[in-house]
Amino acid sequence: MRKGEGGRGNAEGGKGQGDDGDNGAAAARLPSSFRLPPSSAQAASASLGFSDYAGVFLMFARNSLIRDMTFRANFIIETISSLSWAVMNLGFYALVYNLMEHAGGRTIAGWTQHQFFVFIATTILVNSLVEALFMENAEELSELTRTGGLDFVLLKPMDPQFLVSVKKISWASLGKVLLAVALLAYSLPRIEGLQLSLLQLVLYPLYIVLGTLILYSIMIALAATSIWLGRNQSLYDFWFYLTNFSRYPMEIYSGRFGAPLRHAFTFVVPILVVINVPAAILAKPMTANNPDKLLLGAFAVAAAVGSLVISRWVFTRALMSYRSASS
Amino acid sequence: MIVRAQVWWTILQMCIAERLAYRGDFILGTTMRFLPIVTQIFLWTAVFASAQSDQMAGYSRNDVVAYYLLTMVARAFSSMPGLASGIATQIRDGQIKKFLIQPIDLIGFSLLARIGHKLVYYAIAIGPFAAVFYLCRGFFPGWPAGEVTAAFVASLVLSFLLGFFLESSLGLAGFWTLEISSLLFVYMLFNFFFSGHMFPLDIVPDPWRTAIEYLPLKYLAYFPAAIFLGKVPENRLWLEVGVEAAWVAFFIVLCRWLMHRGFNRYSGFGG
Repeated sequence: MRKGEGGRGNAEGGKGQGDDGDNGAAAARLPSSFRLPPSSAQAASASLGFSDYAGVFLMFARNSLIRDMTFRANFIIETISSLSWAVMNLGFYALVYNLMEHAGGRTIAGWTQHQFFVFIATTILVNSLVEALFMENAEELSELTRTGGLDFVLLKPMDPQFLVSVKKISWASLGKVLLAVALLAYSLPRIEGLQLSLLQLVLYPLYIVLGTLILYSIMIALAATSIWLGRNQSLYDFWFYLTNFSRYPMEIYSGRFGAPLRHAFTFVVPILVVINVPAAILAKPMTANNPDKLLLGAFAVAAAVGSLVISRWVFTRALMSYRSASS
Repeated sequence: MIVRAQVWWTILQMCIAERLAYRGDFILGTTMRFLPIVTQIFLWTAVFASAQSDQMAGYSRNDVVAYYLLTMVARAFSSMPGLASGIATQIRDGQIKKFLIQPIDLIGFSLLARIGHKLVYYAIAIGPFAAVFYLCRGFFPGWPAGEVTAAFVASLVLSFLLGFFLESSLGLAGFWTLEISSLLFVYMLFNFFFSGHMFPLDIVPDPWRTAIEYLPLKYLAYFPAAIFLGKVPENRLWLEVGVEAAWVAFFIVLCRWLMHRGFNRYSGFGG
């Protein structure tokens, strides 16, 4: 962002966010001569602690819930529709396993049907978290850039990436979490020879969070490109096609073409570890004599940290190119 | 008659020019659409590697891959992005008024716009499609006989018409409900699974299979691919194409009827 453009708190820009129920309207009431140098906002953001951020996050969550409950019918329809996609998808894999068992097969790339259901439950869990927390916000970033609404985010004495990332929470997407938990409860006891240990139960949610963070990093980095491009409407398409690769066990990517693909999506853009690592932790018995699995687990932690750092860098760089709009 | 043809020709040219403005986005979008095929190839390779037999529900692994590629062709004809929601938006925000006061037919105009859209799409998409099909030629059993190829082409053209009139009918429901996004969502969900886009419909066990057979959705993706791969018996080939044509006729009539009923209950205010 250029110096001197930090304080465009005029009423016109406020319209872009008017329906959010946030303090965009308050900012819009500021006199047009009001100018806040970017450095003061940054200084103020540095002085805020974790509890302040947690408080703002809870307020966002509360506002979003109130908003969702205002349009209750819409909320119910959205919940049902996102559930039906997940159920239909599950039906497809049930069909494939049924077909394969008739032809004498038992596993897809080493995953039995119930292990694979755990994999699907993990996919649903991670994706519903990403959709609930970040998806709408990342899509909104393109619109904020185009309309100049990002000015109001930059004005506030908080980290802009935080404000942009969690402003709206889509509660309807969280309905799928229940489905995922039910699917886990159904599948886990049906996996032959699986004895769940405490370590597995601790590591699973941890890796779900790490996977969500990796996907968030990729999403926010992609969304930040809209600051450079002015508009990025195919963001969601690109996101869908890219993450589509993560929805399958990594073992299926083998052979002359599969192996390079697997390496690229593990080590360059680490989307394959997002679902695979937590799903394998829970569904496949842990054995100490499996160094590959341990290495992959350690790598997933590094990948999550690395992705966050890189996406932060991309976001900050993109923000520096922001030139406001309107007025 | 000639004047009318000139009007339609001008509209078509206009729509083509409009579409060409975003060709860069088009090329990118078309190429990206092949990415899910890549994962399907790997998935089915793993499924067949595990099975004892190299045939499942009458499909070999190569057949399945060829099937997915052919449904891409079918969907290039039958998918109508933004059609239903576009019509519903026009109804909601009042743009539909122009069709009431100008001597232009709403459905005719939308059809020409869509043909223009598709022509530009094919002109650009033929590159990525040809490249992918050439690379994947090993998965195909070869060109079918002349008659089967003719039925395949006919089924593609009909699938375009079916897709157009079916989605237009959904869009016209906007005269009654204004907001059709949840209706569209249900349609998309059913379309994705029961058109054969997600998997060959032959793998579905009865009684579901029979139920899906009676829906028009299978003509949007499954049917052209099944013809090409010889899954439709030759003695039933033209009968099936005839059923598809009957569905097209049904949706043409439905679409017209909905439009007239909709115009009758519509009230437009302001400029």
